[in-house]
Amino acid sequence: MPVNHNLPVRTFSVVTGLFGLFALLSFSIRKGHIEQDAPTGHDSLMIVKDSAASVKAFLEVYNVLMSPRCMNCHPSGDVPLQGDDNHLHTMLPQRGKDGKGVYAMKCANCHQPTNTPGEHTPPGNPNWHLPPADMKMVFQGKTPHELAKQIMDPAQNGNKTPQQLLEHAHDGLVVAAWNPGEGRTLPPMTHDAFVKAWTTWLKTGGFAPQANP
Amino acid sequence: MIRLTVNQKTHKVDVDPDMPLLWVIRDIIGLTGTKYGCGVAQCGACVVHLNGEAVRSCVTKVSRAANQKIVTIEGLSLHNDHPLQQAWAEIDVPQCGYCQSGQLMSAAVLLKENPQPDDAAIDAAMSGNLCRCGTYPRIRKAIHRAAELQQEAGKKPF
Repeated sequence: MPVNHNLPVRTFSVVTGLFGLFALLSFSIRKGHIEQDAPTGHDSLMIVKDSAASVKAFLEVYNVLMSPRCMNCHPSGDVPLQGDDNHLHTMLPQRGKDGKGVYAMKCANCHQPTNTPGEHTPPGNPNWHLPPADMKMVFQGKTPHELAKQIMDPAQNGNKTPQQLLEHAHDGLVVAAWNPGEGRTLPPMTHDAFVKAWTTWLKTGGFAPQANP
Repeated sequence: MIRLTVNQKTHKVDVDPDMPLLWVIRDIIGLTGTKYGCGVAQCGACVVHLNGEAVRSCVTKVSRAANQKIVTIEGLSLHNDHPLQQAWAEIDVPQCGYCQSGQLMSAAVLLKENPQPDDAAIDAAMSGNLCRCGTYPRIRKAIHRAAELQQEAGKKPF
């Protein structure tokens, strides 16, 4: 029977490695807080886990994300939606690989950098697009549980860290929901209130509501 | 004063920066091949190329086109011999013709990006161009024919 003469060395390595890992965790997690570095001038994400507060905040967030101003560009299919009834976009423009449309039907062909004057004319933004084909970030049809899980998953949220999610509330295309052009309803709360709920949700741990409450 | 290049010719126009590009093209520069249809980017009659993209000139402010390259139906080819124009004539696509310059400009972007489009690609590209005469079957046929002509001539896509 072969004898493993390297056993003491391996044991030492494992113990040393575990000690190092523990030291690293101790450095990162202090008094139940988890901090993530934030760029200068941005809100810093310090997580203080509170599942009840987190779920309550997300349900407010969910009402905004499922409003037409947000959900219409996060469709379950490859055609954007329009209107407060979420009907398919007239002309049936396609998502395209990069989310910016195809051929003569690219978003920016009609959607200008600013809103076009007049009721129900194309709303504008310099960065108008759907999520790309390889990460569709669907809102339509998602339950609060499903949507919260999706947003917290980098593999489904555009590879965003929690810190980047925090900053995403101020993204130009997100903010555009509150300046949608004439004839369109606004999301169900102000942008400031949305940012507060979004921030609370993330800072209390980004918990998802129960799947079957 | 706003400077823009239309069909490879530079123009300086003294207009409100918010004026629709369509107004500048038709009323200031005098190129009337591009048509006014709905005025709200819903019909496609006003499509021109802005740096190669098929923008709707009725809702595009001229300020967006400043110092950029614009091509109108008059500049699609030097001698009206773009494969699409040849195919359009061969198949006798237009009925009243009002929407056709927009149709051609949209189809040109399709053929540039997809030299051999199938029916699905044609539908995806052309679904924003309306034709009250219902020439859609002939438009689709002519785009297929133009793709053949382009390939036969060994031409690079326009």
